[in-house]
Amino acid sequence: MASVAATLVESEESGALVFAAAGEWLVATAAEIDRRLHAIQMPSGKRVTLDLAGIDRLDTAGAWLLLRTEHDLTERGNAVEMRNLQPSFEPLIDQVRAAGLIAPARHPRPAHHTIAGFIARIGEISLALIARAYSILGFFGVVSATALRLARHPRRLNMTAIVAQMEQTGVNALPIVSLLTFLIGVVIAYQGSDYLRFYGLESYTVQLTAVSILRELGVLLTAIILAGRSGSAFTAQIGTMRVNEEIDAMRTIGLDPVEVLVLPRLFGLMLTLPMLTLCANFMGILGGGLMAWAKLGIGIPEFLNHLSTIAPWSYWIGMIKSPFFAMIIALIGCYEGFQVARSAESVGRLTTLSVVEAIFLVIVTDAGFSIFFSALRI
Amino acid sequence: MPGQQGEPIIRVRGLVNRFGAETVHDGLDLDVFRGEVLGVVGGSGSGKSVLLRTIVGLNRAIAGDVEVFGSRILTINDNDQREIEKHWGVLFQDGALFSSLTVAQNIEVPLKEYYDMPLRLMDEIAAFKVGIVGLPEGTGEKYPSQLSGGMRKRAGLARALALDPEIVFLDEPTAGLDPIAAGEFDILIRDLRSSLGLTVFMVTHDLDSLFAICDRVAVLVDKKLRIGTLEQLLQDDHPWIHSYFHGPRGRAALRSETGQLGKEKMRAAASV
Repeated sequence: MASVAATLVESEESGALVFAAAGEWLVATAAEIDRRLHAIQMPSGKRVTLDLAGIDRLDTAGAWLLLRTEHDLTERGNAVEMRNLQPSFEPLIDQVRAAGLIAPARHPRPAHHTIAGFIARIGEISLALIARAYSILGFFGVVSATALRLARHPRRLNMTAIVAQMEQTGVNALPIVSLLTFLIGVVIAYQGSDYLRFYGLESYTVQLTAVSILRELGVLLTAIILAGRSGSAFTAQIGTMRVNEEIDAMRTIGLDPVEVLVLPRLFGLMLTLPMLTLCANFMGILGGGLMAWAKLGIGIPEFLNHLSTIAPWSYWIGMIKSPFFAMIIALIGCYEGFQVARSAESVGRLTTLSVVEAIFLVIVTDAGFSIFFSALRI
Repeated sequence: MPGQQGEPIIRVRGLVNRFGAETVHDGLDLDVFRGEVLGVVGGSGSGKSVLLRTIVGLNRAIAGDVEVFGSRILTINDNDQREIEKHWGVLFQDGALFSSLTVAQNIEVPLKEYYDMPLRLMDEIAAFKVGIVGLPEGTGEKYPSQLSGGMRKRAGLARALALDPEIVFLDEPTAGLDPIAAGEFDILIRDLRSSLGLTVFMVTHDLDSLFAICDRVAVLVDKKLRIGTLEQLLQDDHPWIHSYFHGPRGRAALRSETGQLGKEKMRAAASV
């Protein structure tokens, strides 16, 4: 598009300063006009005429630049007059004038990167963390109370919803959980046997693999996969329902969102995670056993013999921890879902947060269990 | 005032849109002329929004031809598409503001994309656009989630007008607004049309809007458009069109329209 560039010519006639504007005063040329306007030495206390006869095309951006110039000149004590504007542009000028001079909006600024700002930020985050912990505890209380109330009317428990949750969080996660723990078993046996061989203890590879998987890795891996797979889904599902006002709709119909949405997910996951852990333990030990056979030639009878030397408690420790982990994942996932504000953006933010929080709490709880079990000497 | 003479600014010929087994448009034709306000009406699900989306290139039609500013939208290359996008603005139903940006930043997005402007000038332009669409001072700093539905629509319009386009597409601009806000929105569109020389393509359900600001109306019935002035359509005996304009709400809108335009139309309708 060949455009006649906007021009601005300054001249003096009979004691009055004349600015002759011409050409295309459009959004496309606004940057250039703005630059020229700023280059002009603005007079003060004079009679100034803005001659607009030469303006061929004008849009709101151009009109606004004219009005801003008029305003700036008036501010400096000049008597300003606009003349020779083409009549067809008058409504446009009037409309922009009617909008008034509005101060530009301030842009949101990132927090100041000063030391005081940094310390203040630490304080803010700490307070937010405490408030959050308090709020999560409150949510835990509400869910517990609802669960207890339901215990008196067990028929209200929606078994179909629980089974549906178990299918989604359990059956559908089975392949990925099995594959990952199998591979971890293989890796531990492979790496471990090298180190154990150094001490001449490579026949303990089976014990090493089995104990690591049974006590820690099987349940932890499963919990982390479910936090990423199901905890995030809980947040996104409930969060989307919040955005659509579905939760409010439920309340007005007399349905308790905690009973309808949280309990099936909670119970479903608490039943599912132990089963998945059992499966994960089996696959991990299978992987370790296969590696022991391939690398060290440990056959099935010898393998079973090794397994039987493991303390019987070890078989249970992972399983005991699993429902607690499930509870954490489900509660955090649902809690964050309820925190969603009425914007799609917060769904994404809180989904991420729920996964990170759930994994963090699972690992912290795991550390707690480890102290607990060592105190019990099992 | 609207000229029906000359080349159409939007030209649609033989448009066919189909989703699965359902045909939405079947050989639809449409001309929109420079400077007019065209209202597109039709029952729910009759494909009004699909038509809008097809014209702005968001939906690929099965067959047919769509020309905007003389360029074929369906086969356009990316550079030409960008050039055209500078000259149209689209207001989506709920404003479709970018939720992570403030209103002022939303308005600056197209400016930033197409022109190399100093930041301060962009801030100034965004500020007066906020004023033009009738939003109170200080709205520019707010995020979309802090605005009411009506304010979001105005902010969306401000963004659509950021580049001073020649055509604006409005998807149900008054839906969900209270009658006062809807009336104000109509006046806003009419004022902008007369001062900026805008061409307006407006999908609407709002009979009052039709009577207040539309020069011509296109009714989507039987997968095609019937286009005419209100007077012509008031005479149309197609059952849907008849019940649309002569139903209780249509009659009420016709009666209550006290503006100059409406009176003329009513007189014209009565005299035919």
